[in-house]
Amino acid sequence: MKSLRNTAVGLAIGVAGASSAIATDLTIAIVNNGHMINMQKVAEAYTADTGVNLNWVSLEEGVLREQVTSDTATGGGQYDIINIGMQEAPIWGAAGWIEALNFGSDYDIDDMLPAMRNGLSHEGTLYAAPFYGESSMVMYRKDLTDAAGVLVRDNDSWANIKGAAMAMHDPDNGVYGACLRGKPGWGDNMAFITTMVNSFGGAWFDADMRPTIDTAAWHEAINFYVDLLGNYGPPGSEGNSFNEILALYNEGKCGMWIDATIAASFLEVDGVAYAQSPNAGNPVGANWLWAWAMAVPAGSPNAEESMKFIEWATSKAYIKAVADHPDFGWGSVPTGTRASTYAYSEFQAVAGFAAAEMAAIESAAPAATDLKPYVGVQFAAIPEFPEVGIAVAQEMAAALSGAKSVEDALSASQAAADAIMSEAGYY
Amino acid sequence: MAVVTETTKFGKIFWPVLAWIVALTFFFPIFWMVFTSFKTDADSVKPEYLFVFKPTLENYINMTDNYDYWRFALNSLITASFATTFALFVGVPCAYVMAFNPTRRTKDILLWMLSTKMLPAAAVLYPMTFLTKNFLNIFDTHFLIILVLCLINLPIVIWMLFTYFKEIPKEILEAGKMDGANTWGEIKDILLPLAWGGLASTALLCFIFCWNEAYWTVRLTTTDAATLSKLIEGNRAPEGLFFGRLSAVSTAAVGPIVVLGWFCQKQLVQGLTFGAVK
Repeated sequence: MKSLRNTAVGLAIGVAGASSAIATDLTIAIVNNGHMINMQKVAEAYTADTGVNLNWVSLEEGVLREQVTSDTATGGGQYDIINIGMQEAPIWGAAGWIEALNFGSDYDIDDMLPAMRNGLSHEGTLYAAPFYGESSMVMYRKDLTDAAGVLVRDNDSWANIKGAAMAMHDPDNGVYGACLRGKPGWGDNMAFITTMVNSFGGAWFDADMRPTIDTAAWHEAINFYVDLLGNYGPPGSEGNSFNEILALYNEGKCGMWIDATIAASFLEVDGVAYAQSPNAGNPVGANWLWAWAMAVPAGSPNAEESMKFIEWATSKAYIKAVADHPDFGWGSVPTGTRASTYAYSEFQAVAGFAAAEMAAIESAAPAATDLKPYVGVQFAAIPEFPEVGIAVAQEMAAALSGAKSVEDALSASQAAADAIMSEAGYY
Repeated sequence: MAVVTETTKFGKIFWPVLAWIVALTFFFPIFWMVFTSFKTDADSVKPEYLFVFKPTLENYINMTDNYDYWRFALNSLITASFATTFALFVGVPCAYVMAFNPTRRTKDILLWMLSTKMLPAAAVLYPMTFLTKNFLNIFDTHFLIILVLCLINLPIVIWMLFTYFKEIPKEILEAGKMDGANTWGEIKDILLPLAWGGLASTALLCFIFCWNEAYWTVRLTTTDAATLSKLIEGNRAPEGLFFGRLSAVSTAAVGPIVVLGWFCQKQLVQGLTFGAVK
């Protein structure tokens, strides 16, 4: 009996030892934003349930992109799970740098917003699961538009938007009609400018992938942008991006802001109203589409465990877990990924922007069209785009600051983009 | 004569005032960072709480509880200390040889060493990542970070020590040799005590550079060897105003080095002005 007991104890210790020996550690590279930071707390329950240890490496967006790219391109191994965006997912999936994702039926993939699913897939295969998503929309001060007697409508014309900005513009009292991104960067000023150009009927490239920056649509759009922001925007707009404008808006200095839908959850000014992005006759591509998604680098030794974690972190159950967490609640759930999130009455009650955000995401059109013969709204899903985008972004900032004329900036942009695309062997 | 007296009086007021203005201008960002670190993220961007607010330690508690500050700080201390030690260990003999036994090529070698600082780090990011991760298997180790920090600071260490050593008359070393000192004895018993101020300021500057290095320490680490630079990098957010949190992390990251600089300022000034007035 004693020997049996000793054997049982020995086995138990052995099993416990073996379990601890095979306990998995997952290293996860995440972009530093509120939703991702919250996930670290919510995921404590995942570790408790599964025994999987999670090592978080939080990085600024640009550094994350750089580090994840160099890691993945050199065969991976540094991270088990990576945060990537909609620009990278289809390209890296096609290149075989990240694993195709396969989830169980409980995951309810059909609940994922179609725009997100398509944007993160390549040839119908999902390569990254969205953790949170966003589009762009107009956020304006209803008290100011009412006082000025102007209306901002869904999909308004740019002429009306300019009229509203003009009516609200009161720099003597520290209120600027329109706050828009001006800081150079393919994900900064060019995210907004590209949607504007799209709405004027322009695009980055033609069907042969030759740059089409020096065209009438670009000239019209950029002249309008420089005029609108130069005359009715805050001074120094060429240095403003999301955070700078968010601070201005919360100080009550912006009448109107056209930017990421996620901004709505940070706004602390009373009386904010929302409208779908304006356009100049072409609604396709007038509002952007972006997601921070989770992917597994190809060849990861912990691919199976990594996929299980992604399945949990991007599930309906995760959204409910955030809502039920004592530190968070419905106001903190990651949005823009699943239709079911928007169906919760508790979420609708705390998120006044919910309907506008979902409408914006649903109307975003990343698919290639005759007019825009490449995938992507505010970017083109090709590896060369960041280089092209940065080159053009600098020129646009120079035009906005007055250092260059719009014509010269567009001409220089066209030449730079042409050189990059030609060198890359597109033609 | 009267003019000279007036100029002196003017100088007595003008230069200290100018010095204070410059000092306060340089110090203001640090002050503001520390100041902001005691505000919540929400308060840190509200104009009404610009100067008057309810101070909180929330950001510091959050930093130690949720961001594992001490692990990053320990990694910074280990890598900066060892890198500085190794850089001096290699730099002292190099500078000694170049200062007291120069050859025709010494100047060229010094210039070549300095020229390595002109290489844009980004140009070798991919080969460095590939070599250390896939070939040498030392990615995200203390050894790699110490090696990199040592190598990137070695040119400055050698240049500084070379400059200090050049100020020491060669005859003193020769006298030591006459008394029977060997090369090691010359360095240990004569050169280093004479150049102590220079050595201390070189070590301090090298340590500061190692501590503050943010390109390679961010890109060649994941978790095990990640330093405070990586902790700061991880708290920068393009979408969201987390200035209170970022200020707390930055304050805690630069705090040790500011304190060290404060205590060593005598050596630092002595070393930096060594040979400035003959």
